[in-house]
Amino acid sequence: MAKRNKDEILHDHNNDGVDRRGFLKCMAWAGTGALCVMEGGILKSYSLSRLGEIGAREMAGELSFVQISDSHMGFNKPANPDVAGTLKSAVEKINGLSKPPEFMLHTGDISHLSKPEEFDTVDQILKSASAKDVFFVPGEHDVLNDDGKSYLERYNKNAKGAGWYSFDKKGVHFMGLVNVMNLKAGGLGTLGHEQLEWIEDDVQHLKHSTPIVVFAHIPLWSVYPEWGWGTEDSAQALAYLKKFGSVTVLNGHIHQIMQKVEGNVAFHTAASTAFPQPQPGKADSPGPMKVPAEQLKNVLGITDVNYVQGRNALAVVDSTLA
Amino acid sequence: MIRKSVCMVGLFAIVMIATLLLSAASPGSSAQSPQPASAEVKVDNFSFGPTTLTVAVGTTVTWTNRDDIPHTVVSTDKVFKSKVLDTDEKFSFTFSKAGTYPYFCSIHPKMTGSVVVQ
Repeated sequence: MAKRNKDEILHDHNNDGVDRRGFLKCMAWAGTGALCVMEGGILKSYSLSRLGEIGAREMAGELSFVQISDSHMGFNKPANPDVAGTLKSAVEKINGLSKPPEFMLHTGDISHLSKPEEFDTVDQILKSASAKDVFFVPGEHDVLNDDGKSYLERYNKNAKGAGWYSFDKKGVHFMGLVNVMNLKAGGLGTLGHEQLEWIEDDVQHLKHSTPIVVFAHIPLWSVYPEWGWGTEDSAQALAYLKKFGSVTVLNGHIHQIMQKVEGNVAFHTAASTAFPQPQPGKADSPGPMKVPAEQLKNVLGITDVNYVQGRNALAVVDSTLA
Repeated sequence: MIRKSVCMVGLFAIVMIATLLLSAASPGSSAQSPQPASAEVKVDNFSFGPTTLTVAVGTTVTWTNRDDIPHTVVSTDKVFKSKVLDTDEKFSFTFSKAGTYPYFCSIHPKMTGSVVVQ
């Protein structure tokens, strides 16, 4: 267990968890994963090796769902020449959960080049998942050619603006945001004025006790701005969510698992189902990371999220594809 | 068939001579070191190289994506815009007016560069 100095970065995947308020950051790397239980701004993190033991108890909650991300269908470079195969493995992993999740969230970069056949392949593979409903938000790779029109047509005809929307499941309010459109030179991800106004309006009438889950492609916290891993105007969005006791933010984009708690907000990024990317600043660029073939599935994964009604808690479980 | 080939060779020679004359003419007029009528920018490791490229008016600049990830080349002032460039794909633009042309990758906006046309 790490020391409990304020603002210290912790790396904790031991079975005793991390259970303090304030700044917390834990990362799960190759071959590991984390079960995280969030309760009133406190995140507990457990080793994936105890998944069977802890998962069963935590999964008895009211709502569990799975987050998948960054399938990059169409990518065929050495970092992973079979992204369809690893997405299928992700689905198998989902289907192997002790309790079928209610639905899935896909946090973007469904395709690699926004091609219809790439989206078709993903849709086809996801059909075999135990969870039938999939809620999508676009990654920058999904809106390459036509300002996201074909993405919207396929996944989100009824969404607002560039594709943002909200829905409620068993008392939890979910908000799918779009921060990959109209990116400015030298900048980060952007939500934009129109979407920010919508966020403010969307949560206005909710009780402060309502658990909020926000999902978007690019992290809504500043992971590593030098590589564009952050969102320019996320602080404004999070300001609208300050009044809520439990806010969980789920992102993709960076192809690795990271977690952080700040006040009432737990941030979480999911692994990719396609290929890993380097740790922030640990390479010349954020390009695909080549790992030995036999290790690839250790650095890809899915995220299982479980909500226990009345406990104000979300359990976030990351599993590798190995 | 033979006559056609000869004809083609002749045409090719004329084009070559014209090209040589043109490229010889431009440095003469500006009295500076020879400027090629074409220039290359490599898109590699999530960056444009060279980041700032200086060329003569009339130069065609070609960007080639050497990354495993697609990129775009988009003028900040909306002067030019490539389609999405997958690995090894190219985009060319001919700069007919002097000026500074900042550009970026609209997918990875931290990637920026500029072309200075003199």
